[in-house]
Amino acid sequence: METYSCLQHYWWFLISLLGGLLVFLLFVQGGNSLLFQLGKTAEERSLLINATGRKWEFTFTTLVTFGGAFFASFPLFYSTSFGGAYWAWMLILFSFVLQAVAYEFQASMASPKGKKVWQSFLVFNGILGPLLLGAAVATFFTGSNFVVDKGNMSDLSMPVISRWANGWHGIDILFNIWNWVLGIAVYYLSRVLGGLYFLNRIDDDTLVDRCRRRLFGDALAFLVFFLAFVVRTLVSDGFAVNPATQEIYMEPLKYLNNLLAMPAVLAVFLVGVVLVLVGIARGVFSATPRCGIWFAGIGTVFTVTALLLCAGWNNTAYYPSLVDLQSSLTIANSSSSPFTLEVMSYVSILIPFVLAYIIYAWRALERKQITREELKKDDHAY
Amino acid sequence: MLEQINVSLIDWSRAQFALTAMYHWLFVPLTLGLALLMGIMETLYVATGKEQWKHYTKFWMKIFGINFVIGVATGLILEFEFGTNWSNYSWFVGDIFGAPLAIEGILAFFLEATFVAVMFFGWGRVGKRFHLVSTWLTGVGAAISAWWILVANSWMQHPVGMTFNPDTMRNEMQAAGSFWEVAFSDVAVVKFFHTVLSCWVLGAVFVVGISCWYLLKKRHEQMALSSIKIASIFGLFSSLVVAMTGDTSAYQVAQTQPMKLAAIEGLYDGGTQQGLTAIGLLNPAKERHDDGVEPFLFEWKMPYALSFLATRDIDGYVPGINDIIAGGYTQPDGTTALSAGEKMDKGRQALETLDAYRQLKQNGEEEAAVELLPRLERDVKYLGYGYITDEAQLVPNVPLNFYAFRVMVGLGCYFILFFAVVLFLIYKKRMANVRWMQWVGLWTIPLAYIAGQAGWIVAEVGRQPWAIQDLLPVNAAISAVSVGSVRTTFFLFFAVFTIVLAAGICIVVRIIKKGPEQLTIDN
Ligand code: HDD
Ligand code: HEM
Ligand code: HEM
Repeated sequence: METYSCLQHYWWFLISLLGGLLVFLLFVQGGNSLLFQLGKTAEERSLLINATGRKWEFTFTTLVTFGGAFFASFPLFYSTSFGGAYWAWMLILFSFVLQAVAYEFQASMASPKGKKVWQSFLVFNGILGPLLLGAAVATFFTGSNFVVDKGNMSDLSMPVISRWANGWHGIDILFNIWNWVLGIAVYYLSRVLGGLYFLNRIDDDTLVDRCRRRLFGDALAFLVFFLAFVVRTLVSDGFAVNPATQEIYMEPLKYLNNLLAMPAVLAVFLVGVVLVLVGIARGVFSATPRCGIWFAGIGTVFTVTALLLCAGWNNTAYYPSLVDLQSSLTIANSSSSPFTLEVMSYVSILIPFVLAYIIYAWRALERKQITREELKKDDHAY
Repeated sequence: MLEQINVSLIDWSRAQFALTAMYHWLFVPLTLGLALLMGIMETLYVATGKEQWKHYTKFWMKIFGINFVIGVATGLILEFEFGTNWSNYSWFVGDIFGAPLAIEGILAFFLEATFVAVMFFGWGRVGKRFHLVSTWLTGVGAAISAWWILVANSWMQHPVGMTFNPDTMRNEMQAAGSFWEVAFSDVAVVKFFHTVLSCWVLGAVFVVGISCWYLLKKRHEQMALSSIKIASIFGLFSSLVVAMTGDTSAYQVAQTQPMKLAAIEGLYDGGTQQGLTAIGLLNPAKERHDDGVEPFLFEWKMPYALSFLATRDIDGYVPGINDIIAGGYTQPDGTTALSAGEKMDKGRQALETLDAYRQLKQNGEEEAAVELLPRLERDVKYLGYGYITDEAQLVPNVPLNFYAFRVMVGLGCYFILFFAVVLFLIYKKRMANVRWMQWVGLWTIPLAYIAGQAGWIVAEVGRQPWAIQDLLPVNAAISAVSVGSVRTTFFLFFAVFTIVLAAGICIVVRIIKKGPEQLTIDN
């Protein structure tokens, strides 16, 4: 492969990995969506909030970095999707804004009523965030309605390159049932992960018990919706690119072919799914459910990364346009210049270092689980 | 689908960006400023072992916590707004502009997010030294984040290191040196120091102001006096650096964005040996740069000062708005300035050549297309001017620039005086008794916020109509969304940010009123 193409593949891999990490970190949202179902008393809710409250920054920052990295490596996606599916992204951002402030604000509220109001924003983001992010990711396989024409730059009355083809501006994501299916799957996945995270972090019999009883139903719902989406994606036509001409065409069983053509990706996908199942089983059945989150978490990263690789590698259009097939975005036609990708690749060498200090700091903080007694003593508890 | 970009779409998109950026800027400076002061106080705790420093640190940390999360929440919107509301911009310059944003995420935001958690939750869980390092790393993360975002912003003010690529229809980094040119441009370096030090000023003013309130209430006086001492030393130092770098900024603006300087000064007809307007009242009747109406109702100038500021020579030539539109004068780099009309012609030609080039390429006539390249290269520098339809569009909002600049500089001089007086009183051990100065300290807090906002208004409004100076005007930078959508999100963010701001202020006020509990012992 020539260098430029290598860099494009490398950056698609990083984007996929960040996407995988982001979905894993949505355990914060999933956990928050369970807030009132698990936490029956104020004290219980406080325990739950303190568990996710020490992690939400990472989910948030990963979202920001996912955006920044996408911008730097595939700017045409940034301009087409964010400027086009305006409302979908705005609603996602909006819910994250409320979430970010809700932790501190609910802690500072004197009245129980005020507390509840801010806590309900955590639930709002906990439901909307995963649902819409999942639906947005689904469009990588189901397609969107946009046109890209770089010639527009010289059209003085309307010099915009990427345009959405209808007035819905992103609300139309919800018109496709399969986007809902993946959205709901991600929502339940985040709840499963959230539950497993609580089992890991919280030392409290009542909550652990309630958590485990919830887990089974959520896991079942996740599996049904996830399998439905995967099966339908594998058997349906996909958006393929002719590497010689860069022409985009529909290919039957494209995504299945991709997995078969890239056995390593297939292996990662399968290992990921198995790990998620093991994690769930640990949480539901095992006498020591604490490590369930690690299995399910790593499994989630693997699975999502593999799915995204399947959408972008092997001559596939990762952001397909339904109204004008040739407008579809591929990693070749939407990327930054070779030079920018190269510079950014040097920067990416620092990522393992970043991961290392994150792990180091987490371990330093989290030797013990959270208990009711501890919260009473802590002067910076939420 | 939208058929035409109209003015109100541009205006609402600008208003939305301005709104969200200005809200972000209400929180960022305190984050940067308090981070430094907390670091110093905790260092004193670790170095001296005195428990009181730990209590002081923890107290300021509580306020930091509230402020920090709102800063983070408002920043999220800004980052994605480049895509949602400035999508064409994102493609046209994303190749260069995206990189600093991504680097900011990878290098800075994670550093902050990780160590801020240790800082808040680590007391008693990690060792003293590890905690101290975490506190400093949070501040370092914030400063690195400021660096990269200001690199991005400086590049918009003074684009360097890019080449236009007609095949991809965008500006790209193409040479090995260009990344460093972008990341360490002179403008970026000065902007970083001016901006970050201005945040330290705000942090210092904030700490002094709140401490003054405690002195007024005669509570926690020991903490108040200790805090005032540290904060005002740093405040004085920072405000001197802010004034110096501010002067350098203005010099750079004169070199790279002469129209901005002219707007800041309300200077329509320039010349040599220009004076700087210290006080002035603009004539509201003036509507266009060429309507012949006198620009000032009243002005008092410091002789030669503007020439010196802009060229470092009291005889230097400073072009006014009309001179820049008319062209024909000699620019700092020795070339003769083109008139606005000439630039607009060249810009339109560049766009036409580009169009022809693409047509030929599409028809497979490679050779003919390549022949057009020299022509394109000649004009492409002015491509952005092709979107300008009336030369008056090239003139930014003069009153806003003029007054905002004077507010900022006036306050900058005031802060120097303020810190000097506070330090003097501390030195004389009279700070606890001089009540009027305590009131002044308290009421200086809002002034610091006003100075920072005014600074950004100068920088950003003065850049109009350019999103990227000379390359891309705002009307070619936006997304094709409906005005209604942008208006709705504008009000949505307005409402949410206002509620969040109000709640944030209430909470901070409550924290302050409650005071550092443990401290009652040492009083
Ligand atoms: C507490 C805040 C504060 C204070 C006291 C000052 N500034 Fe400032 N100034 C800023 C906060 C600021 C800022 C918010 O940080 C800006 C906005 C954009 C930027 O680069 O920094 C800025 C921008 C800015 C610009 C525009 C730069 C551009 O367009 O890129 C100039 C020319 C100055 N400043 C000059 C000064 C001078 C001569 C001061 C005299 C004391 C001064 N500033 C005090
Ligand atoms: C946080 C501090 C900042 C404040 C308070 C601020 C303020 C403003 C204001 C008032 C405007 C409106 C200008 C007008 O329409 O007349 C604006 C526009 C804009 N600013 Fe900033 N700005 C800030 C930082 C930045 C930075 C760091 C960047 C880039 C990295 C940036 C990029 C933009 C863009 C893209 C627009 C919209 C296009 C335009 O109107 O030029 N801003 N900002
Ligand atoms: C208009 C351009 C800007 C964008 C797109 C932007 C983006 C962001 C984002 C996404 C965050 C949240 C990061 C997180 O997840 O932790 C953030 C926070 C932050 N930003 Fe900005 N920002 C802008 C302007 C600025 C400027 C001009 C500065 C400083 C000079 C600055 C300094 C910071 C700092 C220190 C934080 C840490 C959190 C806080 O301050 O509360 N930003 N910004």
